[in-house]
Amino acid sequence: MIDKGDTAWVLICTAFVLLMTAPGLALFYGGMVRQRNVLATLLQSFAALALISIQWVLFGYSLAFGPDHGGLIGGLDWAFLRGVGPGPSSYAATIPHQAFMLFQMMFAVITPALITGAFAERKKFAAYLLFTLLWATLVYDPLAHWVWAEGGFLRKLGALDFAGGTVVHLSSGTSALVCALVIGKRKGYPKTPMPPHNLPLTLIGAGLLWFGWFGFNAGSALEASGLAANAFLATNTGAAAGALGWMFAEWMLRGKPTALGTASGAVAGLVVITPACGFVGPMAAIAIGGVGGALCFGACHLKSKLGYDDSLDVVGVHGVGGIWGALATGLFAWKAINGAGADGLFHGNPGQFWTQLVAVLVTIALAAPMTFVILKIVDAVVGIRVSADDEASGLDLSQHSENAYALSGSVVGESVSSAAGNDRMRTGEGAMMSALGKG
Amino acid sequence: MKKIEAIIRPSRLDEVKDALNSVGVSGMTVAEVKGFGRQKGHKELYRGAEYIVDFVPKVKVEAVVQDDLVGQVIDAIERAARTGTLGDGKIFVFEVVEAVRVRTGERGNLAL
Repeated sequence: MIDKGDTAWVLICTAFVLLMTAPGLALFYGGMVRQRNVLATLLQSFAALALISIQWVLFGYSLAFGPDHGGLIGGLDWAFLRGVGPGPSSYAATIPHQAFMLFQMMFAVITPALITGAFAERKKFAAYLLFTLLWATLVYDPLAHWVWAEGGFLRKLGALDFAGGTVVHLSSGTSALVCALVIGKRKGYPKTPMPPHNLPLTLIGAGLLWFGWFGFNAGSALEASGLAANAFLATNTGAAAGALGWMFAEWMLRGKPTALGTASGAVAGLVVITPACGFVGPMAAIAIGGVGGALCFGACHLKSKLGYDDSLDVVGVHGVGGIWGALATGLFAWKAINGAGADGLFHGNPGQFWTQLVAVLVTIALAAPMTFVILKIVDAVVGIRVSADDEASGLDLSQHSENAYALSGSVVGESVSSAAGNDRMRTGEGAMMSALGKG
Repeated sequence: MKKIEAIIRPSRLDEVKDALNSVGVSGMTVAEVKGFGRQKGHKELYRGAEYIVDFVPKVKVEAVVQDDLVGQVIDAIERAARTGTLGDGKIFVFEVVEAVRVRTGERGNLAL
């Protein structure tokens, strides 16, 4: 029986989660790269939104949520959304099947977009598209099936993942590590300073992520209910504790609280509370988020010691945060919050912790080798990395023939334009942009 | 004629400009520049990464003045730009061979 309130809530939450990818994540990452790569970085998130939206309606949804085959994968019964209509489904009894499918689509979109931070500033766009399509099909869809679909083996095992800690964050964080190792360091890393070019963009992006995450987590209740309110509360509390955790850890250990650190801590807090938000109360959320913020700060700091170039810290935030979130769910989960869940270690059920650990290990065991194979395929077909020259001139120019900040008002630029005819004016501007991009 | 070139703290620009005006300097050129001397750069933190930024933002003030004003101008800049800590800047003085006011064609001191 379709419930109008539930349906309205899930549809709105779907739009919230879209906002997380574009422009939330796009700006969060876009501000952290150097100026000459900002458009390419923004576009990777936008392109994931477009590409996976189509993949999902063609066959992705069916592979992830379609009728089960051996606990491992959905079949093609629901390909092209055959039979996915306006009536309810077995996944959610009070909302249209299409609404459930759309909500899940936005999760499938953001997960590969999260990985882009690991290979920022050096991946060919064609390689990115092919990688994203293959990764969504071969890593995300099976994993979503294992954890969330009827018959999925991790779901049957009793692993708790309310809104995607393993499926979304640990899978992308693990794959990010493999990507960073396979594609190699950016030219000049770590000797050449590569500071973020526009942290205000990053903070706007982090704010939009925080906002959208209410849809991601509270929407995962799939109903407008007390459970959604609980998830909403845990989400906000976890994000706040994460922001403070990172900020104070950085303040104590590095001397200054930073804007980038506080924003990163909020995102880390959101990551770690994601699997737990429907199973824990606000006090547990403070503990999970606060530890998560400090832990992810430590992980990002450790990166510079280990020497791999996970450019925007996907491993440190989503990988490490994903592991802590999944395990913390096994510690803090409480049936008094959600009767459909389970008790964690602190509520007398140590077995749940081990189940969560299994889910973590299984996720890593799927994502790491599969990502490696996909990268090798992509490299053989189109080559994953741009040339050294293209990397130096920037992806915006070399991959897209665009310049993000072609602000008018340069005296020299005006005199070049006005001296030439209409057709030549365009050529002149192009030449100016090349000069700017290379400069 | 002499050209006075002063590298100063950005925060002292208004004081230096007023001091130059008050001793009769009628025009000047300023530019935002970067560099370092005894005052070294600063540290920036981005997550795990720590960058040492060597070049410190400064302002360069240039004014061409007639010979008998040079001593007063230097004194005025020194007083206005000094804070007493590292990084107050430097003043250089150059010979100027000729000056021309483009609008009227006046030459030398008349052009200043």
